[in-house]
Amino acid sequence: MKRGLVVTVATAAVAAAPFVASTYHVLLMLPFMAYGVILLGLNLLFGYTGLVSFGHALFVAIGAYTGAFLTTHGKVRSLEVILVAAASFGTLVAVPVAALCVRYVKIYFGMLTLAFGMVFYTFVLKFYRLTGGDEGTPFLRPSLLGQSLDAMPKVDYLAGPYYYYSLAVLGLAALCMWRIVHSPFGLCLKTIRDNPAKAETLGIGVTRYRFYAFVISAIYAAVGGALLGPPTGNVDPTLAYWTHSGNLVFMTLLGGFASFFGPVVGAFVFIYLQNWVMSIVPYWRLIFGAMLAVIVIFAPEGLMGLVTRRGPAPTSRA
Amino acid sequence: MTPHVVNVLLSGVFHASILFLVAAGLQVVFGVQKIFNLACGSFYALGAYVGVSAVGWYAGAGGPPALFIVPLALAGLAVGAVGVVVERGLLSFVYDRDETFQLLLTFAVVLMMEDAIRLTWGTAPRSTAGLYLAYGQVRLLGATVPVYNLVVIGASLAIALAIGWLLTRTAFGRIMRATADNREMAEALGVDMRRVSAKVFTLGAALGTLGGALVIPATAAMSEMGIELIVEAFAVVVIGGLGSIRGAFVGALVVGVLRSVAISVYPELEMLLIYLIVIVVLVLRPRGLFGGAAT
Repeated sequence: MKRGLVVTVATAAVAAAPFVASTYHVLLMLPFMAYGVILLGLNLLFGYTGLVSFGHALFVAIGAYTGAFLTTHGKVRSLEVILVAAASFGTLVAVPVAALCVRYVKIYFGMLTLAFGMVFYTFVLKFYRLTGGDEGTPFLRPSLLGQSLDAMPKVDYLAGPYYYYSLAVLGLAALCMWRIVHSPFGLCLKTIRDNPAKAETLGIGVTRYRFYAFVISAIYAAVGGALLGPPTGNVDPTLAYWTHSGNLVFMTLLGGFASFFGPVVGAFVFIYLQNWVMSIVPYWRLIFGAMLAVIVIFAPEGLMGLVTRRGPAPTSRA
Repeated sequence: MTPHVVNVLLSGVFHASILFLVAAGLQVVFGVQKIFNLACGSFYALGAYVGVSAVGWYAGAGGPPALFIVPLALAGLAVGAVGVVVERGLLSFVYDRDETFQLLLTFAVVLMMEDAIRLTWGTAPRSTAGLYLAYGQVRLLGATVPVYNLVVIGASLAIALAIGWLLTRTAFGRIMRATADNREMAEALGVDMRRVSAKVFTLGAALGTLGGALVIPATAAMSEMGIELIVEAFAVVVIGGLGSIRGAFVGALVVGVLRSVAISVYPELEMLLIYLIVIVVLVLRPRGLFGGAAT
């Protein structure tokens, strides 16, 4: 299996990074791994079910704010508890939102998700007594596996235990998602994407399956969102803003929505490229906008599409 | 009515008349081309900055202050030509693609335009110092209102009528409506889709840039104004119904006035209220108040 080899080598490289790469680059890997989790979930909705959400940042922000609240107001510092709480709260919000959104497809689905995202954004922005407004809420350093690591210097904590913790979460998330998309459930989602009418005739509850896909992707977004907090130590409302949702779709498209690992590749390239561009000029949006336009027009299957197109045998859309 | 109520309502209507222009631009493009143009907020921001520059140049050249609205509006309309560049240069490549790609392409324009504006005009807010009150103020039902606001409200109403006339009374309007109804049939009957698409998208862009230029004496131009306005314009078209000009008109009034009332009564509610209305409308009546069938 060629793909198995590539994944093993990539995982080994990421695991070895703290020993060989500079601290700066190691710290950049943290948002990459958080976004990796988020985008694996988003792509279940986008790539596998064919629904484009322009409000997925809502769930990212929910996960991040759940963690920030628990650490600052709730005196809960265990990251395991935080991740479970983020997933639970994400589910709680996702169930009614999903129930309303999956009644629509295409542009109406996109608009409804965008509206929900903006509701949460305005809520955290305006109710500043609760959320800190545009200053955000601090996300105190969580303990890992029951061990309080407050005594450690911040960089050592982030580049050491927290790094491997994030990697483990990403690995576990990828494993679960792999099982999901290759299960009968995943195959049903692809059928729905390719031909909803036929899926309905075959006895697949189209709306119900879309609902499940939405909720699962929201849980992934909330867990990834909670992982975004500790590296910066603060979460703010821009996490829920619609342009953040747009960037999530951008990253997925950049890597390739038709490939399982495409979104993870997209997150990696996006974050490194953005940092590199910003170290030269402050106008990263100009360059990234042009890049997005080029991808949409010339390479709609993203970077993974470019890589696999030259392969000897055409791989499946999964 | 107390002066305070009149003030709140009139500032709401002023905001609504700007919102209407941008939302109308969104609607003509969506109606005919079925593209939800996220970049219409960026066109609005571009129009605002070009408007500031035009008025600055005009004042520097010694033009009479009373006529500043002429170069302002002309500059706003002229820079709408950016629409044809975006349409021919980007969107025309993806017409046969899924609408997701068209939406993302307009998002690419949003990103590029935001930084292009920063690059050209810098990051500090820009304003047309002092010209806002060049026409003085009038007392209306006990409230003091800048005449400029009334001029913009009037101009917006005139443009609404002009769009209605264009759509119902001219050959191009009939072609637009036919294309909106049935693109293939219109093409089969000899309509040149390339030209219609270019014209419609440019018209949509020009409405946005004009809106941006007209708002600028009352506020300051900031590089984020585009991405902030698009979500309001989005609320307008959802409430009114996608693709409908009449919907844009009613939706703009609802959003503009409600926002103004919310700010004066309970500021925390501001946009939250608007988005909640959007969700209620989308759930209960997804085609909006005046829209066609939802898909």
